[in-house]
Amino acid sequence: MMSDDADTSPEVMLQFYKRLYPFQSIFTWLNQEHTPTKLFTHREFAFTLQGDVYLRYNSFNTAEDLKKQVCALNPTRFEIGPMYSAKPRDKKSVRPAAFTPQRRELVFDIDMTDYDGVRTCCSAADICSRCWGFIAAAVKVLQSTLTEQFGFRHLLWVYSGRRGIHLWISDPAALDLTDDQRRALVSALTVVEGGKEMVKKVNVRTTKGLPPSLWHARETLRTIFVSLVLDDQDCFASQEGWETLLQLIPDRSIVETLRNEWSQDPERPSAQKWEELKDLITTKKGDVQSRLRDAIEDVVLQYTYPRIDAEVSKHRNHLLKAPFCVHPKTGRVCVPLDPRDIDRFDPCAVPTAAQLLRELNSTSTGEGADWEKTSLKPYVDLLDRHTMEILEEVRMMKRNNTSW
Amino acid sequence: MFKSKELKSQKRTPTASVGASTAPGYPHRLNFYDLPPLFEVTLEDFEESAIDRLRILAEIESSYARNRSWDELKEVTEKLCKKYLPLHANATALGKINPLEERKRDHLGHFVLRLAFCRSEELRRRFVTTEKTLFRVRYEGELREEKMEFVNSLNFGWVKVDTNERSSFEAELKALEVKPPGLPRTDEQEGPRAQEYVKVHWTKVPDLVAKRRVFLRGGFAYVHSREVSSIVYHEFESALQKALEHTAKMLPRMDEDTRLVPLLNNLSQGFLAGIPSEWSGPPLAGDEIRADMIDDMAKKHFPLCMRNLHECLTRDRHLKHFGRLQYGLFLKVLGLSIDEAVLFWRKSFSNITDDKFNKEYKYNIRHSYGLEGKRANYPAKSCQQILTTDKPGVGDCHGCPYRHFSPENLQSSLLTHYSLQGLGTTDLHEIMRTVKDGHYHVACTRVFEITHASKGVKKGDGIGDGESVTHPNQYAARSIELEKEQSQEGTVMAVD
Repeated sequence: MMSDDADTSPEVMLQFYKRLYPFQSIFTWLNQEHTPTKLFTHREFAFTLQGDVYLRYNSFNTAEDLKKQVCALNPTRFEIGPMYSAKPRDKKSVRPAAFTPQRRELVFDIDMTDYDGVRTCCSAADICSRCWGFIAAAVKVLQSTLTEQFGFRHLLWVYSGRRGIHLWISDPAALDLTDDQRRALVSALTVVEGGKEMVKKVNVRTTKGLPPSLWHARETLRTIFVSLVLDDQDCFASQEGWETLLQLIPDRSIVETLRNEWSQDPERPSAQKWEELKDLITTKKGDVQSRLRDAIEDVVLQYTYPRIDAEVSKHRNHLLKAPFCVHPKTGRVCVPLDPRDIDRFDPCAVPTAAQLLRELNSTSTGEGADWEKTSLKPYVDLLDRHTMEILEEVRMMKRNNTSW
Repeated sequence: MFKSKELKSQKRTPTASVGASTAPGYPHRLNFYDLPPLFEVTLEDFEESAIDRLRILAEIESSYARNRSWDELKEVTEKLCKKYLPLHANATALGKINPLEERKRDHLGHFVLRLAFCRSEELRRRFVTTEKTLFRVRYEGELREEKMEFVNSLNFGWVKVDTNERSSFEAELKALEVKPPGLPRTDEQEGPRAQEYVKVHWTKVPDLVAKRRVFLRGGFAYVHSREVSSIVYHEFESALQKALEHTAKMLPRMDEDTRLVPLLNNLSQGFLAGIPSEWSGPPLAGDEIRADMIDDMAKKHFPLCMRNLHECLTRDRHLKHFGRLQYGLFLKVLGLSIDEAVLFWRKSFSNITDDKFNKEYKYNIRHSYGLEGKRANYPAKSCQQILTTDKPGVGDCHGCPYRHFSPENLQSSLLTHYSLQGLGTTDLHEIMRTVKDGHYHVACTRVFEITHASKGVKKGDGIGDGESVTHPNQYAARSIELEKEQSQEGTVMAVD
């Protein structure tokens, strides 16, 4: 059954594009109006064909054009880039200087592989519902930071089909960001950094403590840390796990004491180890104690703060896989999801292309588009509702502009 | 292009000169250069004002290349400004000098260089960076009253934060109030202004946002009156960027002027040649480097960053993108031919299939040799680039070990890699101290001296004539050169 569901053969993909893929919804979402604008016609689409052939700089005038080409090429997936100053398909005939990226959703990519140092359940490409907890934490923190601090309103979260999540922000102000502004925003959101050889990966404190922009995240993550890192992942169970923790504690006597105790009785759960560490810290006084408290706050951030793939967000011309594509390995559809339901989201329960086609075959023919008869419907509806809100804002802006 | 702007600006000039008693048209020493100069100039003035300004900009650029600190840069720039482009404040100029002439010259030079440097993306970027730095040096050196007058004359559309609103974010704002160490507390006695905040859209202060130095709410940044300078710099930069792009579009109309075009071409070439932006030493004499020699060379000649990459590559049989880029370009400049490079990477990535290698990696290798895509000849990354761009993320091996390793890992890494070449635990203390102070290139230079002591390098010699390491290839080339010298001496002696 499993192998059947993960079927992404060219036949399945073609049927999926022909009968299920919501081209019209994707068009309106990107275009932000009902009649085609430059946001769609000057937009780059890139196709990955069977055998990893990569076709860049395609562009289309309408949703129908896009569908026709997708069905003709039958790609394994396709990606969306920025709106350029000219139509991407005319790239070869315009001067290079006249072909520059102009507007683009602000996008983020979070991938489970970046959590390999802290998750214990799986590694590399694998994912289970347990590791999803890290993604859920990331979604909560980013959602609140981007809306409350940066004032963005139109955020679309999309499951990437296997082990990660994408975020597309479609506010007009987000589309207009320059690369420099994107870079600044990304660096404000990058808290966990440093390569393999850097043990302490969180270094954001100033002389006045944690910057206020991270206060809210600290509160959110403090509770998540207990259930996710201590109880579920049990990150400090193995010797390697607790050694990493101890290396982050800047007090030799505490480290020595705990190392002795824990090596004698390594079986105790992470939650208990964490409590023992906190108890020892309360025995310290004054400056030493507050320095140690800072250190364990940093531990919480290091284990749970979102690890975003910075390169994706920094440049307007970066491509990102379109929502509703099918992941070639898992067969799952990259569906949008509601951040308020992030804890209940189960990546393994997402419909696959093969499964949707079976659903379609078993229902009788009737009114409406084909996707409406399958379990894809709630996801397309979610995108459509999101698009409505964008359209409303764009309409308001236009009205205000013309009244001048 | 002057014509179209002339028409527009003539209407605005009278307002600009209102209240300027000392220098009509130039009420302030600082200038946002939003209006072109509208007076007659001789060709000599045209050229000389530009060349003098160019000297300053070139020095600023080479300061960046040499990793000079901000204070050093400021000192050097101010000294040069005094010599080539003096510009007096209203207060100091009184009675002694006529500030009008100086300001006109400053104005003219800026606009001539705009014409020379608007032609390509690269030139525009460099011009904007250096002009912004010059502006910042002058802005910081400005007297407080005149600075405030100048800022008030600009209209950035910011909103003052009222007391009510401020008190609701009291805790957050207070936590950000500290001045970063290193900046002098010169503006302390601002009195009632000291607690004032202005509200601007966050996109106007990207550098403050990036460093988490402002409080953000609903897309607006609450900027302390002391940090208003950050907004001013950003406005200066983005206005100049836009103006340059505009000028570039208009430029073709001027290309017929046979007096100016050759002059402008000379200027832009001077900028390119004046500053060694990349290290391009002579290719190593004679013998070619082959893929199988790299392992041996790495152990003898490579700086720590490259040895670390080499070790990661051998250990993991893989390197992530930026690691491949940093190491690959280094090897290219070292003299590894494209065929040998493909061979080297193919051998190193030993647990992937030929198919995957050809599809996913070969293109990138060929690309870095300028054989694919836009066929650019990419230089190897300098220390400055390695230190400041593309910081290593989780699981990355590239970067500068002196900066990106934790102290413990750096120490053990130094010992494993260099103890055979004479680096002992006694040397670690000194190296770690310089690392702690942030002088990564000094630490690297010191390691070079220690590990090449047997070749006659003494403390303070650096990589020749006391120069410090600014490029990994320079490190490796000098190391190889030293070995050659020694072996030549050896043969000469044997003959004797």
